[in-house]
Amino acid sequence: MNESQSMGLENQQEEGLADEQNAQYLTFELADEDYGVDILRVQEIRGWDVVTRVPNAPPYVKGVLNLRGAIVPIFDLRERFDLPYQEYTKDTVVIVLRINSQSGMRIMGVIVDAVSDVLNADSNGLVNAPDFGNRVATEFIAGLVSAGDKMVMLLDVDKLLNQDQGGDSELAAAS
Amino acid sequence: MTIDMAQFHQVFFDESFEGLDIMESGLLEMDPGSADPEQINSIFRAAHSIKGGSGTFGFTNIADFTHVMETLLDEMRDGRRQVTAEAVNVLLASVDVLREMLTATSEDAEVDPERVKLQKAELDRLLAGESPAAEVVESEADAGTPAASEQTGWHIVFRPRSHMMRTGNDSLRLIRELASLGELEVEVDLEPLPPVSEFEPEDSYLSWEMHLLGDVSREQINDIFDWVEDDCDLSVNPISPEQTAAPAEPEKSSEPEQAAEVEAAPAQAERRATGDRRKGDRREGAKKAASSGGASSIRVDISKIDALINMVGELVITQSMLSMMGEEFDISQIERLREGLAQLERHTREMQESVMQIRMLPISFTFSRFPRLVHDLSTKMGKKIELKMTGEATEVDKTVIEKIGDPLVHLVRNSLDHGIELPENRIAAGKPETGTVELNASHRGGNIIIEIKDDGKGLDKDVLLDKAIDRGLVSPDAILTDQQIYELIFAAGFSTAETVSDVSGRGVGMDVVRRNINELGGSIEIHSEVGVGSSFVIRLPLTLAILDGQTVSIGSETYIVPLVSIIESIQIKEDMVNMLAGKGETFKLREEYLPIVRLHEVLGVKDAKAQKINEGLLVVVEGEGRRCGLFVDDLLGQQQVVIKSLEANYRKIDGLSGATILGDGSVALILDIPGLIRMAGKASIDYGKDAGKRA
Repeated sequence: MNESQSMGLENQQEEGLADEQNAQYLTFELADEDYGVDILRVQEIRGWDVVTRVPNAPPYVKGVLNLRGAIVPIFDLRERFDLPYQEYTKDTVVIVLRINSQSGMRIMGVIVDAVSDVLNADSNGLVNAPDFGNRVATEFIAGLVSAGDKMVMLLDVDKLLNQDQGGDSELAAAS
Repeated sequence: MTIDMAQFHQVFFDESFEGLDIMESGLLEMDPGSADPEQINSIFRAAHSIKGGSGTFGFTNIADFTHVMETLLDEMRDGRRQVTAEAVNVLLASVDVLREMLTATSEDAEVDPERVKLQKAELDRLLAGESPAAEVVESEADAGTPAASEQTGWHIVFRPRSHMMRTGNDSLRLIRELASLGELEVEVDLEPLPPVSEFEPEDSYLSWEMHLLGDVSREQINDIFDWVEDDCDLSVNPISPEQTAAPAEPEKSSEPEQAAEVEAAPAQAERRATGDRRKGDRREGAKKAASSGGASSIRVDISKIDALINMVGELVITQSMLSMMGEEFDISQIERLREGLAQLERHTREMQESVMQIRMLPISFTFSRFPRLVHDLSTKMGKKIELKMTGEATEVDKTVIEKIGDPLVHLVRNSLDHGIELPENRIAAGKPETGTVELNASHRGGNIIIEIKDDGKGLDKDVLLDKAIDRGLVSPDAILTDQQIYELIFAAGFSTAETVSDVSGRGVGMDVVRRNINELGGSIEIHSEVGVGSSFVIRLPLTLAILDGQTVSIGSETYIVPLVSIIESIQIKEDMVNMLAGKGETFKLREEYLPIVRLHEVLGVKDAKAQKINEGLLVVVEGEGRRCGLFVDDLLGQQQVVIKSLEANYRKIDGLSGATILGDGSVALILDIPGLIRMAGKASIDYGKDAGKRA
């Protein structure tokens, strides 16, 4: 693990995931897989509520929500990652994230199966996601970290949304 | 102690631009020969603050330039110089150059050094031409002998008084600024420094003797010490090549020597010019990058803030009354509760209005540029034109002010160029020699009306129609109403001017004018009579933050149609629908065939109730001069909605202009009518053309 340690550190600094060595991540479940996001990016967690559908948007964009006066888009992460569809349950939550984009800070919500825990991860324990070529989209994954016997995939939230931006406009242009 | 001066830059630029406006309007009102001293004074004051500010922030080129203007104005103020038309024109042109310099500086770009140099030379010439004091020196400079070569620098003795630091001035900063002018040798006199036990941290003890080498004007040095001249002993003396030691006699810094200034100026301009040329290459790029940003701030009348604070006070009282009632509520108090709620509603509405007021600025911000425009253009075109403005105090949303400026300029230019005839033609037509252009602004209902009216030759319908037929915009056998014919001038590439001038006539612009106005949610109407004149009436919503909307339902979804774009809502029978080329649905409304846009298809609503045309309603809307019928399930109600941006957190969506929050907290999307009509037009081209022709 020593070799990958230094690599992981470099990677973490490059990505600017967290400024400190010891970062905290909010972990959540998505189709029995564990994911994490930098806890400093989480604005709030709220239960799933009906959203207003947005016309001509990709299917994973569930709609927009009124978050104390701000119009916030809500993305279904299962659909974003092509995971099998599941009815929303009482555990289904929306994690509201702050994203840095070219035009300043944006707020977006992601729908996940359930929130699990807050993970204290030493950034030295971070490793790069293995390369699967085109078979698995790993571009949103900033790194992997072990928590007990589980592996948690840490998401790069900026890429997640900014990718959407590009993807969407291409989609819109094509249609 | 160092302060980041950059944080004050924006304030400086805002104030400077205001100052420029004051100077410009003052100059325009100035009567050559008999100028009002108070007016010159206000122009002078504006110039002086720009100079002072730019000196403080280290924008020396602006300070230098303004200084020359200031000197000229000073002489006028003291009556030493006559106010001539020539001087006013040169000053006006200088205001323009100064504006360019300020704009460029605020965008971190560079101004054209040649232009500045030329304008400054013009000012210098004016100064020299009539002021005997500077004449000799000027001719010397003209002969190409940089007078500054006689002296290679300055000997400066700077002795701050002990309290100088407490006035907020840091000697170190002053010395650094001096060092930026040229090569600086500094000797410090440590003698007065007391032992540490008696040392007062905020007192100044040190004094400096400095040799500043290089082509520096006395003025530049004086500028640096401008703020501290009462708090220090300062002597500035030139060092001549043969003169190694400084003359002993100190000189008061506040007496600028005209000769020295003018002497140094050409050399300086030269130096700046070379410096600027180096930077010239990347100037364009930098300018582009910077102009897209720009912080926006707003100056608010203090009375508006006070009114708001009052309102908040009232609201707090109402709130506490209600919460007291809520603590031990019994049904007998229901009447008081109702009263309380009514009060709350009233206060909320009032507060909403006064918050909106904060964004409101008088339209004079936009109008103020027109006297200059008319003055310049009418001289250029050899026309006699009087500009009348009314309702300048009408308040408009700041965003509207920003966006309406260019369309208005365009319309006014058009009126000047195409509308008002040349004096001889006017006399021949039996009209007064001087044409009139009127600009009126007023509130009417929930709208702002801006009218641009001229008593020129008016729009000739036949000429318009012929041109349009020529260009294939209209089929020769089309029958159009007057309004439809006038609408043609908004078509892209349409121009009626016989000759293209640099003022107008290229046919670009009117379409942009209308697009800008539509973006603001407004509309434009034309009234005209041949030989009598024409008027353009722009109707704009009071604010961009709130709109009157009609809520419509499509399936389980609710959308908002802006009320301004709705003409009527009707239910039609299926046999009234005609198919165009088998695809496009149209229906005949009185004499017009309108395309039908099935909103549930465009917006992808899956559970729409109305599928057949007679099951739902058609909302007839107009956008950008085109009409269509939007097919919806039902109309729900009318309400004022607060517009929220979708782009802030998501992105622009075709066919939608924003979102709003309904009473129950859910989000409803606001339809972008011109966008929808364009989308419908794209879907079936034949259709769009037809609609364009007839609408």
